[in-house]
Amino acid sequence: MKRILLPWLAFALVLLAAPLVFPQSAALSLLSQMGTMVLLCLSYNMLLGEGGMLSFGHAVYSGLGAFGAIHLMNRMAEGALAFPVTLVPLAGGLTGALCGVVLGYLTTRRAGTTFSMITLGLVELVSACVLMFPDLFGGEGGISGNRVIGEPVLGISYGPQIQVYYLIAGWLLVCAVAICALRQTPLGRILNAVRDNPERAAFIGYDPQRVRYLALILSAFFAGVAGGLSAINFEIVSAEYVGALRSGTILLFTFIGGTAYFYGPIVGGVVGVLFSSWLSAYTQAWQFYLGAFFILIVMTTPGGLASLIDRGLRLLRSGGLDPRMTVWLAAWLLAALLALTGIVLATEMAYQASLADIGAAPLLLWGQAIDVRAPLPWLAALLLVATGVAGLRALQRQGEGR
Amino acid sequence: MEFALITFLNGLGYGLLLFMLSSGLTLIYSMMGVPNFAHASFYMLGAYAAYALAGVLGFWPALLLAPLLVGGVGALVEHYGLRIVHRYGHVPELLFTFGLSYLVVELVQLVWGRSPVPYRVPPALEGTLFTLYSTAFPVYRGFMLLVAVLMLLALWLLLRHTRIGLVIQAALSHPHMAEALGHNVPRVFMLVFGGGCALAALAGVIGGNAFVTEPGMAAAVGSIIFVVVVVGGLGSLAGAFITSLLIGLMQTFAVALDVSLASLGVQVPPASPWAPLLCLTLAQVAPVLPYLLLVLTLIVRPKGLMGKREG
Amino acid sequence: MTGQLALELQGLHKAFARSEIIRGVDLQLQAGERCALIGPNGAGKSSLFNLVSGRHRSDAGRVLLHGQDITRLAPQQISRLGLARSFQITSLFPRLSAFENVRCALLWSLGYRYAFWRRLGGLHDSRDRALAVLARVGLSARAQVAAGELSYAEQRALELAVTIAADASVILLDEPTAGMSRAESAAMVALIREVTVGKTLLMVEHDMQVVFDLADRIAVMDNGRVIACDSAASIRANVQVQALYLNRSRHE
Repeated sequence: MKRILLPWLAFALVLLAAPLVFPQSAALSLLSQMGTMVLLCLSYNMLLGEGGMLSFGHAVYSGLGAFGAIHLMNRMAEGALAFPVTLVPLAGGLTGALCGVVLGYLTTRRAGTTFSMITLGLVELVSACVLMFPDLFGGEGGISGNRVIGEPVLGISYGPQIQVYYLIAGWLLVCAVAICALRQTPLGRILNAVRDNPERAAFIGYDPQRVRYLALILSAFFAGVAGGLSAINFEIVSAEYVGALRSGTILLFTFIGGTAYFYGPIVGGVVGVLFSSWLSAYTQAWQFYLGAFFILIVMTTPGGLASLIDRGLRLLRSGGLDPRMTVWLAAWLLAALLALTGIVLATEMAYQASLADIGAAPLLLWGQAIDVRAPLPWLAALLLVATGVAGLRALQRQGEGR
Repeated sequence: MEFALITFLNGLGYGLLLFMLSSGLTLIYSMMGVPNFAHASFYMLGAYAAYALAGVLGFWPALLLAPLLVGGVGALVEHYGLRIVHRYGHVPELLFTFGLSYLVVELVQLVWGRSPVPYRVPPALEGTLFTLYSTAFPVYRGFMLLVAVLMLLALWLLLRHTRIGLVIQAALSHPHMAEALGHNVPRVFMLVFGGGCALAALAGVIGGNAFVTEPGMAAAVGSIIFVVVVVGGLGSLAGAFITSLLIGLMQTFAVALDVSLASLGVQVPPASPWAPLLCLTLAQVAPVLPYLLLVLTLIVRPKGLMGKREG
Repeated sequence: MTGQLALELQGLHKAFARSEIIRGVDLQLQAGERCALIGPNGAGKSSLFNLVSGRHRSDAGRVLLHGQDITRLAPQQISRLGLARSFQITSLFPRLSAFENVRCALLWSLGYRYAFWRRLGGLHDSRDRALAVLARVGLSARAQVAAGELSYAEQRALELAVTIAADASVILLDEPTAGMSRAESAAMVALIREVTVGKTLLMVEHDMQVVFDLADRIAVMDNGRVIACDSAASIRANVQVQALYLNRSRHE
């Protein structure tokens, strides 16, 4: 019992303490985004990790849930409806679930790659439809709303970002517990069975199509909750919330985190938001880094970051590292750092150079001003990358030889 | 009559461009079993490569070299990237191409910037081929049609009437058997992938100057070619051909026809909730049509029009 | 023999593309009897299994389970009515443990269906039944190992466990001893005899030793038809069957 409770308590503690450790308003905004993205990725992994269903259109459910939430908030602000803002994400969830009932029926009729292709077609379809009905979806500008509605209850008006963060954290905790619990139910286990061998699942009495359909509805519910939280956080919902790009981002982050572990999407959501929201403030090459990082994960660690963490934990538990392995690991990290430095240097210089015609200032990297036209920095970058990669390959061969 | 004819020719041109793009994709799809999300990126690379080469060597050498160059890049990607990821399963393969498409856009923006580049139709191919009624039909449009038809013919001849084509067909459907018979199947795969990318690049060379050459061009056609491949049927060139033309014509006619149910005389009470739907013109609905077709096909006939097996 | 027919096949026909695989099969199984289906390769034995269990649709004919027509039903519906089958090529859930594999096979029959509001941990009847079934096939010690990591023989035992878990009244076993050594086959035979007490068993087998050890009756298939169906002794003496086997290789 303690083994199950302890990680959850730690998780709750982290959620509670995070804004105290990072109190700046920019950090709060980042943490809020992480919260919604983590929930979104967790809901997505119900399909991908638990059910083996690769969907390219998950944002449909979170996006439509967000639209549902913002419309509700606007009705509440007009005075037509009395409803606590705290429960608005629930409305988002129900909207998502409803869409899951309708759209999920179409998508889950087929399995495998066909299912993936249907979701691709569906997300494009829904995206295009959203732009066709400006009354409902606000056209290009989207629908905006106000999260401060009516009188504050117990001092909570959701005006300050910190209150919004705790709302998100609360919903995240509750939903995460629910999603984890679902894995230990008959439906959850049969979903795993359908993932592993849908034909055999039929021969033990279960309709694989029905199982997938139910899983999708549940997943769409949680996605809708995340959408509702986004609506509250940003106070605006636009067409890109339901788009293929957003869906792709969810897929990217979930996969980076690791689909075979429950906490994988949590890691993925955090790392993903760090790349897209935090890194983007420091460099314009962040999309390149994200893409390169993603490909690196796909090619070297298809189990995601969670599988690395798991391996590390198991290593520690089995008695730690012997001195030789520690040396090897340190050497590997050094080589990787060299290569990374070189790549970052080269990339930043390249991006700077591409903007040089617009008369941008010389590149400021790590406190140094670098002239991107001089050959020296380029040679330095090349040397760093070459040394790093050579070192990695040598260590790799040595590691395999043992 | 004039309208129908011009729209038909335009639709034909668009459809044939789609076919050039999707022919490579359907071959790769049937080989890998997973859709190659980076395919449209090679289309984009072809256009940019042609732009770069045409500036130095002129259009005609670029027409030949750009597809070969990009095809070579494709072969390298297959050899050093895809092959490694292949053993992890279908999902990582698919995600690899997904990440690749992301990366290629970034690289293109890095080298050539974010705005469209002035990749122009060569002076030799400017002008009007003929004038139908009062609308001019450009020479370049005719050139595009010619290249597309020649490509189709060449592909068909290669696959059906040459030895290498036979080996490719065998390796596509039964790789283990083909390997057991002594053929270098990994090399065949590399060839098919590179070839498919070269075809996409050719489409880029031809289409890039007729339409616009910019970083967003891959995303613009990316989803549509998937519709073509899936609706046409996995691995079926004939299916891709028919579907490309179907979608090309359908889109062009829809965009040109600015009618809505309301304009056709259906009574629309202004306060009715159906009002926005009934007032939608066909042109506004046009972007949705291919995806509607995709979803319907996948539900009703997942094999596609002429495919032999489900994806 | 009196008693209701547990399984009855009437005039089954099936063609794939243009080749007719099953050309009119009639078969009757009494409740509680063990019948072995033998015949040369290509006779259509596995295809017949696929027709009966609902994996493929027959072109003509009927399949009756305890008198009920199950010809057009989907595999899951047939399974719920009490007919279970195993696969010649092991078909398990590789990422789930042996225990979970068996438990999944039980859930529908215990009435849990698509419940997502009940904790698996609290479903003691499913856990106890699953452990009991695992004990019967001798996999208790390996209960927590992922099915994909078991040895071949262990996987075959698990395949059997998953098939019998839901306590189906009619059991179809497709070459249960395929790929096994003499000793392993003998152990499997003993296991099958033990777990199919009181059940109706239809089994495809190539190993004649297994057939004569287990079967009450033997049905012989050739070219999509059942050419003989009789007790073991009669089949041994059947001239047609002898001709069939003498004309083909002994080692199938």
